[in-house]
Amino acid sequence: MKKIGFILASTASLLMAGAAYATDVKIGVLNDRSGIYADIAGEGSVIAAQMAVEDFKATDKGINVSIVSADHQNKPDVGSNIARQWYDTENVDVIADVPTSSVALAVNEITKEKNKIFLASGPASSDLTGKACSPNTVHWTYDTWALANGTGSAMVAQGGDSWFFVTADYAFGHALERDTTAVVEASGGKVLGAVRHPFPGQDFSSFLLQAQGSGAKVVGLANAGGDTINAVKQASEFGITQGGQALAALLMFINDVHALGLDVAQGLVLTSAFYWDKNDQTREFSARFQERNAGQKPSMIEAGVYASVLHYLKAVEAVGDKDAAKVMAKMKEMPTDDPLFGKGTIRADGRKLHDMYLFRVKKPDQSKGPWDYFETVATIPADKAFRPLAEGGCPLVK
Amino acid sequence: MFELLGIPPQVLFGQLLLGLINGSFYAVLSLGLAVIFGLLNIINFTHGAQYMLGAFGAWMLLNYLGVGYWWAVFIVPPIVGVTGIVLERVLIRRLYHLDHLYGLLLTFGLALIIVGFFRQFFGVSGLPYPPPPLLTGGYNLGFMYLPNSRAWVIAASLIVCLATWFIIEKTRLGAYLRAATENPTMVGAFGINVPLLVTLTYGFGVALAGFAGVLAAPIYAVNPNMGADLIIVVFAVVVIGGMGSILGSIITGFGLGLIEGLTRVFYPEGSAVVIFVIMALVLLVKPAGLFGRGV
Repeated sequence: MKKIGFILASTASLLMAGAAYATDVKIGVLNDRSGIYADIAGEGSVIAAQMAVEDFKATDKGINVSIVSADHQNKPDVGSNIARQWYDTENVDVIADVPTSSVALAVNEITKEKNKIFLASGPASSDLTGKACSPNTVHWTYDTWALANGTGSAMVAQGGDSWFFVTADYAFGHALERDTTAVVEASGGKVLGAVRHPFPGQDFSSFLLQAQGSGAKVVGLANAGGDTINAVKQASEFGITQGGQALAALLMFINDVHALGLDVAQGLVLTSAFYWDKNDQTREFSARFQERNAGQKPSMIEAGVYASVLHYLKAVEAVGDKDAAKVMAKMKEMPTDDPLFGKGTIRADGRKLHDMYLFRVKKPDQSKGPWDYFETVATIPADKAFRPLAEGGCPLVK
Repeated sequence: MFELLGIPPQVLFGQLLLGLINGSFYAVLSLGLAVIFGLLNIINFTHGAQYMLGAFGAWMLLNYLGVGYWWAVFIVPPIVGVTGIVLERVLIRRLYHLDHLYGLLLTFGLALIIVGFFRQFFGVSGLPYPPPPLLTGGYNLGFMYLPNSRAWVIAASLIVCLATWFIIEKTRLGAYLRAATENPTMVGAFGINVPLLVTLTYGFGVALAGFAGVLAAPIYAVNPNMGADLIIVVFAVVVIGGMGSILGSIITGFGLGLIEGLTRVFYPEGSAVVIFVIMALVLLVKPAGLFGRGV
C-alpha cells in the first residue's frame, strides 16, 4: 500500500509540476463549413491548424493546444454569436481563418472588445487593416488592395483600360470593387459601370449581359468561390471573351479552377499569395495536406491558417504566456518565417507582408494533371504587394 | 437611340429572353411540386435535392460510364424518379393520413441528409460538366447572343410542361389521377389500383426535378447546394401560382422568371427578394394564389 501511495503521490506532483509550466491555448477555427466557401476554407483550415500544432511540436515545448471549430454560415450574426460564446464561456484564446469579410469585420470588433487574438486568413476586405484596424488582429494571407493591385494593374498594362464590375453585394465585393477602381483610375483607365448581384448567386447571365452591353474592355468579377465559378462558366457560355472582352476574376482560388476545369478557366489571370507547386517546401506540405483533406490541395487561405497559427505559437513560446497584448507585440516584433510564405513581417496595422504572385491558368495541354494549373507571370515583392501603411487610414498608426 | 425607361431596347429584350430561360427552370421544378402537392397533398421539400440528383446523375454517367448528355436527358430522369418511388414506398406513404406538416418535415429532413451526403463526397465547389458539342456556341440575335444551351433549355422545358399539362388535364389517365385524389375509395371500387397510381405520380414529379437537374448540369456548376439555393424560390412560385395548380405553376414559373430578369436590370440588389415581395402581395389579395381553387 505504501508503495502505491508513493507512486500516486509522485505522479500527482509530477503532473502538477507539468501543469505549472504548461500554457493551455485554445484555438477556434471559424469558417464556412457548408456553403460556397467550404472548399477553400472549411475543414481544410482545421486540418491546416492541426498540422501547424503538430509541426511546431507544441506539446514538447510546454504548450497544450486544443482546437475547436464551427460553421458561421457566411452570416455575420451567426459568426458574432459563436465568437462571443467562444470567448466568454469556452476560454478560446485565438480565432483563426474567418472567410467572408462581413463576418470577419464583426469578429474583428468582438476580438478587440474581449482583448483576444484574431488571425484573419480567410477574409479579403482591406478595411481590416484600414479604417477597421485593431491591435488584436493580424490580417495574414491577402486583401482586396493586393488583389486589385496585382490583377487590376496587370490587366490595365495589357490594354484593358475600361472596366465593368460584376460585384457580390456585401462588404467583400464592395471593398474589392472600390480598391480595383482606384487602381484602374490611377493607371489611367476608367470604370464604365458596375452591377451588384445578390450573394450567393447562381445565375449570372443577366449581369454578364449588362457587362457585355457596356462595351468595357474588361469585365471584373468582384466575387469569390461558387459565385466566381458560376460567373466564369456562364461568361464562357455567353461568349464574353470570344466577343473581345477580357475577364478578370479578381479573387480566384485553385479549388475554383479545379471545379471549372481548364477548358473554361484557361488564360485567366489571378493574384494569389500561395501556390502548392512553388518550391520543395510547399510541395512537401501540400502532399501531406492533400492526404488528410480528401485529395484537395491547400488553398492560399488554408496555407495562411497554417502559417499564422505557427507564428502565433512561436510568439507564445517566446513570451512564455498567452496574454494577448504581449503575444501580439511579440508577433509584430519577430520576423515571420514559415515553409509556405517564406520570410516576412507583420506591420503595425496588423498587415502581414509577403510576396504576392500573378498567375495565369494553364491551357489543358500545358497541364500535367489534376492541380497542375498555374504558371507564374510575375512576383510582386512584399513592399509593393500591399497598401502602404500611411494610406490605409488605420487609427493605430496615426 | 430611343430608350425604354433608360434602358436600351437591345438590353431590355435580352433580359426578357433571359428571364424566360430562368423561368423555364422555375416552371419545370414548380410543375413537379404542383403535381405532387395537387395529387398527393405532400409538400415535397426534397425537390431541390432531387433536382441536384439529376445534375449529379448526368455528371456520374459522363465521368464513370462515359455516357454523354443526350443519353442522360433520357436516362437520368427515370432513375431519379425511381429513387423517388423508393422514398415514397418506404417512408412518405406512411404519412398520407397525417397533417401536411409531417410530410414537410420528413421531406425537409431527407433533403438535408441527401445534400449532406453529397457534400461530404464531392465538396461544395462543384464539378465541371462540359456541354455537348451541339450546345456550345450560339446565335447572335441582334439584341443579344443566345447560347444554344439556353435555347435548348427553353424548348425542352416548354415541351415537357405542355406534355405534363396535357396528360393530367386531357387524358383518361389524368382523369383517373384527379379522381383518385378527390375520392380514392370510389376510384378503387372501379378496380383501379390507387396506391400504385399515387406512387407513380410521386415518381413522375421527382423525375421532373431530375430532368431540370440534367438541363442545369452544363449551365451551372454541378454542386450539392444547387437545389437548396433554388428550392425556396420555386416554392414561392408554387404558392403564387396556387398550390397544386398545374397551369398556374407553368405560367407563374415563366412569368416570375421575366419579372426577376427585369429586376436585375432596374434594381439588381432587389432581384433576390422580388419574388417574395410578389408572393406577399398575391397572398394578401388572393390567398389561394393566382390560379388556386379556394383555400
